[in-house]
Amino acid sequence: MRKILIVGATSAIAEATARIFAARGDALFLVGRNAQHLQAIAADLGVRGAPRVATATLDVTDFGAQAAVLEQAERALGGLDIALIAHGTLSDQAACESSIDAMRREIDINAVSAMALLTVLANRFEARRQGTLAVISSVAGDRGRQSNYVYGSAKAAVTAFTSGLRQRLAKSNVNVLTIKPGFVDTPMTSAIPNKGVLWAQPERVAAGIVRAIDRRRSVVYLPWFWAVIMLIIKYIPEPIFKKIRL
Amino acid sequence: MNPAGLSWGRYPLPRHQTIVPLHWRDTALPTCEGMLLAHGNGRSYGDSCTNDGGVLLHTRGLDRFIAFNVETGILRCEAGVLFSEILELAVPRGWFLPVTPGTKFVTVGGAIANDVHGKNHHRAGTFGEHVRCFELLRSDGTRTLCSRTEQAELFRASVGGLGLTGVITWAEFSLQKISNPWMEVNTQRFADVAEFLALSAESAADYDYSVAWFDCAGPAAGRGVFMRANHAAADTVAGPAAPRRRLRVQLTPPISLINRATLRAFNAAYFHRNRAGRSLQHYEPYFFPLDAIGNWNRIYGPRGFLQYQCVVPMADANASLSALLGKIRSGGTGSFLAVLKVFGDRPAAGILSFPRAGTTLALDFPNLGQATLDLLERLDDIVVAAGGAVYPAKDARLKRERFQRYFPNWEAMLPHVDPRFSSGWWRRVMEQ
Repeated sequence: MRKILIVGATSAIAEATARIFAARGDALFLVGRNAQHLQAIAADLGVRGAPRVATATLDVTDFGAQAAVLEQAERALGGLDIALIAHGTLSDQAACESSIDAMRREIDINAVSAMALLTVLANRFEARRQGTLAVISSVAGDRGRQSNYVYGSAKAAVTAFTSGLRQRLAKSNVNVLTIKPGFVDTPMTSAIPNKGVLWAQPERVAAGIVRAIDRRRSVVYLPWFWAVIMLIIKYIPEPIFKKIRL
Repeated sequence: MNPAGLSWGRYPLPRHQTIVPLHWRDTALPTCEGMLLAHGNGRSYGDSCTNDGGVLLHTRGLDRFIAFNVETGILRCEAGVLFSEILELAVPRGWFLPVTPGTKFVTVGGAIANDVHGKNHHRAGTFGEHVRCFELLRSDGTRTLCSRTEQAELFRASVGGLGLTGVITWAEFSLQKISNPWMEVNTQRFADVAEFLALSAESAADYDYSVAWFDCAGPAAGRGVFMRANHAAADTVAGPAAPRRRLRVQLTPPISLINRATLRAFNAAYFHRNRAGRSLQHYEPYFFPLDAIGNWNRIYGPRGFLQYQCVVPMADANASLSALLGKIRSGGTGSFLAVLKVFGDRPAAGILSFPRAGTTLALDFPNLGQATLDLLERLDDIVVAAGGAVYPAKDARLKRERFQRYFPNWEAMLPHVDPRFSSGWWRRVMEQ
């Protein structure tokens, strides 16, 4: 039985991942904004086999409240083996282009809040010299594109932050996993019409997350073919990149 | 869900449906124009799960378990949970679905709304008989707990109510105890309908499950294979493992692969493959043989197919079934899969529940347009004359007059139908 903290536990990818952990008999501490939704998930995970599921509500951008919730998680489970940081919003790019407040809010939710949580968690995991910090970044962070570069910037920050943290914590036996999902069919993306062949179901992404945690991977693209797609996108020369729409 | 909220038969094709996914059982219905209809995993064959010009409330996101008592086998879960997910949870813990249809890819909400039956109808009745209670969310925002003691009439209207009374958000039902995942199967061949009926009568007391495959294509039409079974006893050692699902129909072929020649070949091969005798099987191939081939409905091509399932009373079952078989053989293609089963004599769980005392026959026909519709009308002539009925969950073409003959209590539904809920099927059978 491992002790697992999930922040952003009501997201579809996090919930699908939690179900795999629950079926394996892991104990879980779920953090999200909506208490009722957390309760619904906790009951489900209990039926699926989790020996213990506790929850706490948190607005991740309430930086002052983060430490207390992390403390609560450690106390409830008696320590932590894995933390999965999975919260996020799909930014309204147009709104972010016309409003500094909207832009900053997206950066706070998708980057700064995760970095703040990791700052606290890293020190605790480092001191115990074991465990995994798994963080959901995005393929969008690999290269800024006109269609969602504010969200992409936030995820680029998370990718760089976790890369550095991975190097720092490697000597303490703590693995930091950067997860880069591509298009995933979830409530967060439900407004996007005409989902094509590149879209994956959250269950598939969740299975990839658990596998990557088990194997102590550093970076994982989910599904795998996004590694190829992003490699190509990253190396498109700027003169051409400026002329295409992505 | 199938693409664009299609039904399993992919006929008739719904137009202009808005699909709204539901994710949380406590959230209100979306505020939108148009008639509403809950749509689970889209395994109803015709248009009872589609909503031309309206809104489909896609319930697969309501896929959480709520409580499971491993001592009593009482399970409460959200309405979008699939039977396959219940089996994954329950079988290792020693429990099994009380009743299951021939596919495990149905949702709990859909199983209630169609009051589904299975191979154990003669012993256990319909799924609805095992439902203890559920929550019904109506278009006026009210949530009603329905059971046999609370809101009993709304309960009876919603069980088998084809989604017309609102959205079922969660349900509680009883599972049955099993010792292991295996089935002790006894297979018998029969030469004609009379032999099938005799086998059914002889098996009813000793076998919890029975079903027959029936050849209605070849020169030896009328013959079949009778498969009766019980859950294996506790002292059974080491049965076969669950087969791995590996086949999948990836593309819809431009024309139906089911025609007279392939049907005859399949039916002959099937008959000769199944020899009489006993065997120990995993529950998957016994209950869900077609689930082993993903998207098998696509083999019928872009025009889709029509399923026809009727029940005829026992009194002259032999004559009615022989007449149906004659019509099918003279009508052209025959049917790829014909399934026969004798229902038990039990009071219906819901106002529009289909199962009733008699013998039921289920048939698949490739959609050849008017010729297929005409054939089904002729089959209806026989079923009406026999005093039988046709299953709404499989229907794509029934008209008002015959619907009312098949479901003489239909008017009892009307006070319970939610004014904002409807379906392609309901509008058709209500059309003046």
